[in-house]
Amino acid sequence: MSDYNQQMIEQFRGNFLKEVESNVEEGEWVKMCMQCGVCSGSCPFGPHWAHPPQEIFMMIREGEREQVLTSDSMWMCTSCYNCIVRCPRGLPITHIMHGLATYAKRLGLAPKEQPTAKFAQLFWDNLTKTGRVNELKLGLALYFMNGFSEGIKTSLKMKDIGLGMWKTKRLNPMEMVGGHSCKDTKGLQAILAKAQEIEDAKIGRSGA
Amino acid sequence: MSEAKIGAYICKGCGLGDRLDTSQLVTIAEREGKAAIAREHDFLCSEAGVQMIRDDIANEGVNRVVIAACSRRAKTDAFDFDGVCINRTNLREGVIWVRPDTDEDRETTQEMAADYVRMGCAEIKHMNPPTPNEKTDASSRILVVGGGISGMTAALEAARAGYPVTLVEKSGQLGGVAAELVKRVPERAPYADPEDTGVAALAAEIEANELIEVCLNSTLARTSGAPGCFSADIATESGTTRTENFGAIIQASGFKPYDASQLPELGYGKTPDVVDQMGLEALVRAAGDGPVKRPSDGKEVERVLFVQCAGQRSQKEGHLPYCSGHCCLTSIKQAMYFKDRNRDIDTEILYTDLRTPGAPGEDFYRSGQQKGITFVKGVVEDVASSGNGAKVKYKDIILDETIERDVDLVVLATGMVPNSGVDIEAVSAPNVEGAEDDAGDNGGDSVEIPVESILNLTYRQGKDIPQLKYGFTDSHFICFPYESRRTGIYATGPVRRPMDMMSAIEDATGAALKAIQAVENAKLGRAAHPRSGDLSFPSFRKEGCTQCKRCTVECPFGAIDEDEQRYPQFNESRCRRCGTCMGACPVRVISFENYSVDTVGQQIKNVDIPDEFDEKPRILVLACENDAYPALDMAAQSGQQYSQWARVIPVRCLGSVNTIWVTDALNSGYDGVVLMGCQKGENYQCHFVKGSEMAHYRMSKIDDTLSQLNLEKERVATYEVAITDIERAPGLINEMAETIDKIGMSPFKF
Repeated sequence: MSDYNQQMIEQFRGNFLKEVESNVEEGEWVKMCMQCGVCSGSCPFGPHWAHPPQEIFMMIREGEREQVLTSDSMWMCTSCYNCIVRCPRGLPITHIMHGLATYAKRLGLAPKEQPTAKFAQLFWDNLTKTGRVNELKLGLALYFMNGFSEGIKTSLKMKDIGLGMWKTKRLNPMEMVGGHSCKDTKGLQAILAKAQEIEDAKIGRSGA
Repeated sequence: MSEAKIGAYICKGCGLGDRLDTSQLVTIAEREGKAAIAREHDFLCSEAGVQMIRDDIANEGVNRVVIAACSRRAKTDAFDFDGVCINRTNLREGVIWVRPDTDEDRETTQEMAADYVRMGCAEIKHMNPPTPNEKTDASSRILVVGGGISGMTAALEAARAGYPVTLVEKSGQLGGVAAELVKRVPERAPYADPEDTGVAALAAEIEANELIEVCLNSTLARTSGAPGCFSADIATESGTTRTENFGAIIQASGFKPYDASQLPELGYGKTPDVVDQMGLEALVRAAGDGPVKRPSDGKEVERVLFVQCAGQRSQKEGHLPYCSGHCCLTSIKQAMYFKDRNRDIDTEILYTDLRTPGAPGEDFYRSGQQKGITFVKGVVEDVASSGNGAKVKYKDIILDETIERDVDLVVLATGMVPNSGVDIEAVSAPNVEGAEDDAGDNGGDSVEIPVESILNLTYRQGKDIPQLKYGFTDSHFICFPYESRRTGIYATGPVRRPMDMMSAIEDATGAALKAIQAVENAKLGRAAHPRSGDLSFPSFRKEGCTQCKRCTVECPFGAIDEDEQRYPQFNESRCRRCGTCMGACPVRVISFENYSVDTVGQQIKNVDIPDEFDEKPRILVLACENDAYPALDMAAQSGQQYSQWARVIPVRCLGSVNTIWVTDALNSGYDGVVLMGCQKGENYQCHFVKGSEMAHYRMSKIDDTLSQLNLEKERVATYEVAITDIERAPGLINEMAETIDKIGMSPFKF
């Protein structure tokens, strides 16, 4: 557990709702949930969540910090926005889910082996390097995400598709070396660093 | 009244002329119906058509008008003639619209129409125009019983309309329960914060109003009379009594909060830190602008938990089975007492279903959420004293976990118990031929605690107005909310059903208008709801009366008393003109000028009954004019069809059906009889409350008659029909036609 996590526990002293309201994006909406369950009923991934949104909101109010932040539930969100469209109270549920996921990750509480979390990190790292998504590298990284031997197996399985894409000029093998990038990679990285700095300042801590 | 002179008018409009041989109908009206004048017209409801009738009334002395056109429910404005009797023979909705337009049906359709013309002329021969029995000495003063929000509103509304009011309040001050509240649920947009109760302003307005006389510390020692001439003894605490006359009475006796000491399982009584909602109001009131302190040791309250549905919406013994409607919003309001003082106070509302009725409901709930009140869907498992406030264990229904909380204060949202006085049906189950068999369902097991009467009525039926369910006064929730079975006495506010202040204010305004209506109708000698404006009233032939008392017992409205010689004494301004007495009378001596055993009996007799070998059965349908008859009309409008053998007669209420009509019909060769009344019982829709119930009870005994006549019992069927049964009602007639097909024609055709 990170120092930041410890710091937050001390700061909010068991009032998890207040913690969510001040630290989680759109967190101030959690208190407005009226427990109708339309979000849970609308979610295409509903049955696969340990805690559907309605329950997550209730857990926050009951102060179940640990269970919420270590849960993989908010990582299951596919951003289909069905819940936002249907919520009679107008809660931005999708955004709250992403906010909770981000917050859990910051605190170092996000589940380590959660595939969505892993892929999100791969995607981010891939994108921010050059300012462009390198699809070949991203694909391969995804194949090897769960170990070398599984990576080889998946690559062999996908080989025909890869060759086919190459032939139809949908995939450039030269991307393996360097790959294309945006005009000013350094500039982009400076923008991102600044954004991170603002974000960190906003939640009252310095450094990532 | 001069000699009866019948004018029969046959309309040819709306396709009647194409489908029917109207000249034959004119002949029938003249020859069989003995109409002095019989005319056809292409378009009877047109100006020219109506003028033709007017001219005949003015010049030819026609005083009985038979209009053979559309249903009595159509064109009422056009066919409105003063001082004459009117019959609306229903050829459109009753004949051509319910029969197919084919050559093979032409004959039976014409027979149907011909019978209806015969019936119309037969009825009108036995009708007399009712004469108004005006009461110029009727009082306009309105008595309001109860000085709470409902009573004060009713008094003010009546006074604003110009009627003098006497307001009788048992306690020493106006305001009732509302006077004990710190603030109320908001009534004005944006519905975000609790508002001033407005009690002081209302009371001041009442005191300033010259038309309103307030009697505090007073009760009613005796109430007698009828609309327009009620007499009430107002007794004060000091022992003095005075008698005054009133035109109408509004009972706004309100409610008392449920006794929370019956809820030890929720901790009430275990620790003073468990209070009910009224208890919290007192705490907040005591706190003034300062912090609210817990009763046990005066510590400032930092955590408070509200328990909704405490002892209500529960089937447990001693609990209230119903929802009191206001408590969720009240708890939100009370949680705001804390949040508005200090946002850091933990306020948690434990609910199973948060119900926030009324315009402000959802906005106020949302405002509560915004202020940080926590809403938890859960059920209390245990409340114990912790020595430091209370320890509450509850089951969170969403998370399916048991959760424990230490709080400083627990507030129980208990329900409303109506102050409806004596349950007259439980005190002495009336001997109404067993018609009250299901009274046990009304919770009327046995009343052991002596209850103080509110009105102390001298009516033979009992001291207070009848109750319907859970002790609330009887009134039809949707169709006629304020009406009680005591004409001119209107119940309003939480004595009628659980309600919040906003609803009570609206409700009391309505009751005030009903009271004014009753006063005005009484002055003109007219009926009140639902036959508002009806001038007819029942009378009886004394020499035929056997003093059997059935009419006095069965009258749903307590309108009939007994005189010194034990003959029925009709109290016409209490009477609603349903005719239940007429239906009850075994010797058939009760009648109205325009509605009697004869007006219907003669219609039945004048239907042409073909010979058994003609294979043309006849089905008598007696349909309640309030629901069943309109349902048949609407069925016709929507293109439904029913048997050509049916002859439908509208009745004021199925309760007015005298069994002689059924017996006579069967004796004279009808093959089947269908009776259609309104829904009866606990969820009754009968406009006269008990009429349909009485009719069903009487008809349950008709089997004896049938077996005496050696007839199959399937030949008589009694149904409850709602106004919405537009497919079912004609279906029931067709069912009877099929039954007759199966069991064969009646042997009584001569």
